[in-house]
Amino acid sequence: MSFNPEHILGIKNLTAEEISFILDTAESFKEINTRQIKKVPTLRGKTIINLFFEASTRTRTSFEIAGKRLSADTVNISASSSSVVKGETLEDTAQNIEAMHPDIIVMRHSASGACDYLAERLNCSIINAGDGTHEHPSQALLDAFTIRQHKGDIKGLTVTIAGDIAHSRVVRSNIYCLNKLGATVRITGPKTMLPPGLERLGCEVHSNLKEAITDADCIMMLRIQRERQGKTLIPSLREYARFFGLNDHNLQLAKKDAIVMHPGPINRGVEISSAVADGKQNVILDQVENGVAVRMALLYLVAGGEKLQQDC
Amino acid sequence: MAAETIEILDTDGVNRALTRIAHEILERNKGVKDLALIGIRTGGAYIASQLRQRIVEIEGKDVLFGTIDVTMYRDDLCTRSNLAVGQTDIKFPLKNCKIVLIDDVLFTGRTIRAAMDAIMDIGRPENIQLAILVDRGHRELPIRPDYIGRNLPTARNEQIEVDFDAEYKAQAIHLFRK
Repeated sequence: MSFNPEHILGIKNLTAEEISFILDTAESFKEINTRQIKKVPTLRGKTIINLFFEASTRTRTSFEIAGKRLSADTVNISASSSSVVKGETLEDTAQNIEAMHPDIIVMRHSASGACDYLAERLNCSIINAGDGTHEHPSQALLDAFTIRQHKGDIKGLTVTIAGDIAHSRVVRSNIYCLNKLGATVRITGPKTMLPPGLERLGCEVHSNLKEAITDADCIMMLRIQRERQGKTLIPSLREYARFFGLNDHNLQLAKKDAIVMHPGPINRGVEISSAVADGKQNVILDQVENGVAVRMALLYLVAGGEKLQQDC
Repeated sequence: MAAETIEILDTDGVNRALTRIAHEILERNKGVKDLALIGIRTGGAYIASQLRQRIVEIEGKDVLFGTIDVTMYRDDLCTRSNLAVGQTDIKFPLKNCKIVLIDDVLFTGRTIRAAMDAIMDIGRPENIQLAILVDRGHRELPIRPDYIGRNLPTARNEQIEVDFDAEYKAQAIHLFRK
């Protein structure tokens, strides 16, 4: 098949075939990251702007490395060092950037829907690197890639996602992605962090972590989003750790070969104990490694193809 | 004019050509020492594995073997719709290797250019030679094969196809005239 998206705004509008195609493409790019010379000329002459209005280490670095390994020119703009601090609106900032003719803008923003908003107004391609509490498609794709790497096929697996569900864009993208690929998704977290209507997204909702991880193939822990008032929804981090923290003890309830994932950054001793975070079952750094390959695939698929025929 | 199909080589013909190329490769490189076969996906990779089999039969020793996908190195990426990217599988260091690059049909030479760039990005071989099952002419780059199964001058509007069986062994070569 040929898949030639103009933007990657979320997982919601992708089909299972399109998701699998992205993952297969990433498989091919993964090999480049292990070479001595980690560069191919695929996106030579393309300009990618990483526009990050929110803090990020992994995603921004990962997109930047992905672009550079494909020979694109990547430019990073973070809110604190841009004209946003002088009062410029998002649309004005974006239009000014577009006037410099980038091919792709990779954006992270604190407002849900910010990427869709720009995609409607700009001519260049937009890749969503996380918008508010809406979606984080590249994270869900790298999670799926990592699960596939360890488990072979995603179909029929049980994946438990635990933590601050209400504020997590990662969880929304993951529910869409894993459901489309045929996994059973279980969600758990403190009641105050479980938004109503989660079942409508097609997942099981549990109020108890032990129940949610019993016989799971894969456990994905999320952090408490302190910057999004996550902290006011629980009595204390210690209490949260007691009831919703993953440790050696409750991990035994999951399947023996279950993998433990975390989109990062991890808060050791809160949602995950150090023993588990560094344990044999953790694949957290595999996720980070795979992130580069998945993002290379996204950049390749968005930048290539007929759309550019008009530009070249 | 109705479409016309001509058989250029049958299975026996293909096998004889491959056996001859295998002998030529061994003769030129004086055995399999530091020799590496690299097939260009997908047709070239199948031919390469057939050549590898013959070299093992003749020499009694295996030869370094890899496959390469050149999609990422194509010069027409921005004018074609998205092409699926295949995997490159070269698990040995290329330093000091004598590489025989293998493809099924040689046409403009652009694929070979892409493959050579891809190989150079992976390592620095001692030299690169080129083995081709069918050379149909119309080169657009200064590229000349070292081993040729069949030289076949063609017209631009003709098509050459190598048929493979279920085990990816080349069965026949056909020419289509539209």
